[in-house]
Amino acid sequence: MSDMTSTTAQAAGGRNLHRFANPGQFLRLSARVLPPVAAIGLVLTLTGLVWGLFFSPSDWQQHDAVRIMYVHVPSAWLASFGYFSLALASASALIWRHPLADLAAVEIGPVGAAFTALCLATGSLWGKPMWGAWWVWDARMTSVLVLFFLYLGHIALVRAFDDPQRGYRAGAILALVGVVNLPIIKYSVEWWNTLHQPASITLTGAPTMAPSMLWPLLLAAIGGMFGFSALVIARLRAAVMERRIRALTMAQIRDVA
Amino acid sequence: MKRKHRRMLLVGALVLGLGSATILVFQAFRSTGELFVVPSKIAAEAPKGDRVFRLGGMVEAGSLKHLQEGSRPAVRFRVSDGVASVDVTYVGILPDLFREGQGVVTMGKLQPDGSFAAQEVLAKHDENYMPGDMADELKKTGWKPENGAPPPAALWNAAQKNAALSSTKVGG
Repeated sequence: MSDMTSTTAQAAGGRNLHRFANPGQFLRLSARVLPPVAAIGLVLTLTGLVWGLFFSPSDWQQHDAVRIMYVHVPSAWLASFGYFSLALASASALIWRHPLADLAAVEIGPVGAAFTALCLATGSLWGKPMWGAWWVWDARMTSVLVLFFLYLGHIALVRAFDDPQRGYRAGAILALVGVVNLPIIKYSVEWWNTLHQPASITLTGAPTMAPSMLWPLLLAAIGGMFGFSALVIARLRAAVMERRIRALTMAQIRDVA
Repeated sequence: MKRKHRRMLLVGALVLGLGSATILVFQAFRSTGELFVVPSKIAAEAPKGDRVFRLGGMVEAGSLKHLQEGSRPAVRFRVSDGVASVDVTYVGILPDLFREGQGVVTMGKLQPDGSFAAQEVLAKHDENYMPGDMADELKKTGWKPENGAPPPAALWNAAQKNAALSSTKVGG
């Protein structure tokens, strides 16, 4: 019995050491990248939020309720951006079997889910006084709720197996299946008539928003992207270090035995 | 190398297959994704029987009348999509954004007289975000919110710049 566990531990330890030969490079590189990314994210987000919440003008018909937008819109963009990066990580894990991509997918999930929850909560808080309803089952809101459930499903699935590799595989397939939801979210307000308003900021047309509101929004959103990346990098570093500690402990146990 | 390419194909096929399947499903169920029906559709083909459905459109300018039903506030207004319009009655409190010229989504039943008895009225917000002083400027130039959306935002900025220029000229 003890012999068997020691051999499996040896196999796992050996494989892990090999698998994380490259992650060593990631640890060195990310140690340099993380502080500036986190600092830029913090400064831009705080500037955007303080500007938006206190100094930007109020809307002519929403009045001060418009300020919820400075939290709602960046978190909505991050929810989709996060899922897209989750799908990219999953695709490269499936195709190239890159071990870091598996870990990245695991670590992106909770961050993306948190921003999706923030988007849904702030949207609801705005919807009650403005629209007259906390929630309506229109195409935009329903598709974002589906995105939230996809995140939750991914978080549960990657942790549901005794063998983490099987969990990573199943989670990666789920993440790729869920990608079809992203264009549905984006175009839901054009394909169907919805209660939710169409986009004010598009790549093709001029924004339908005053510059005094647009700038703080863009700052908060760009800062959010940096903040999101910093959170994922920090989580990924912690995950890689955890694996290393586990592999080293295994090796130590083996040596003692 | 070969196995990697096979996996790449597999992942590509998975995404493509699921994508097209989803598009086909949504094409087939296009109308069920709609939150509301517009007045011209009701004029063309009235919903059958006693069904509760959502009617959406703009509150017609000059059509809003405040009434009283017992001690509760009641309103009567016309919802239009530019082609046809429907009379709507509603007893209750309206959302903050409700006004003439605003998009609304109402839920209720068609009455025998062709009017729509709403149980719920929701106000839509459009994609325009405009500061209060900008709206005041536009109103001075003759824009009336009840007649529809404000002019494109690109024009407000020009208007604001012009205003700033003329004020500096006056100052100079």
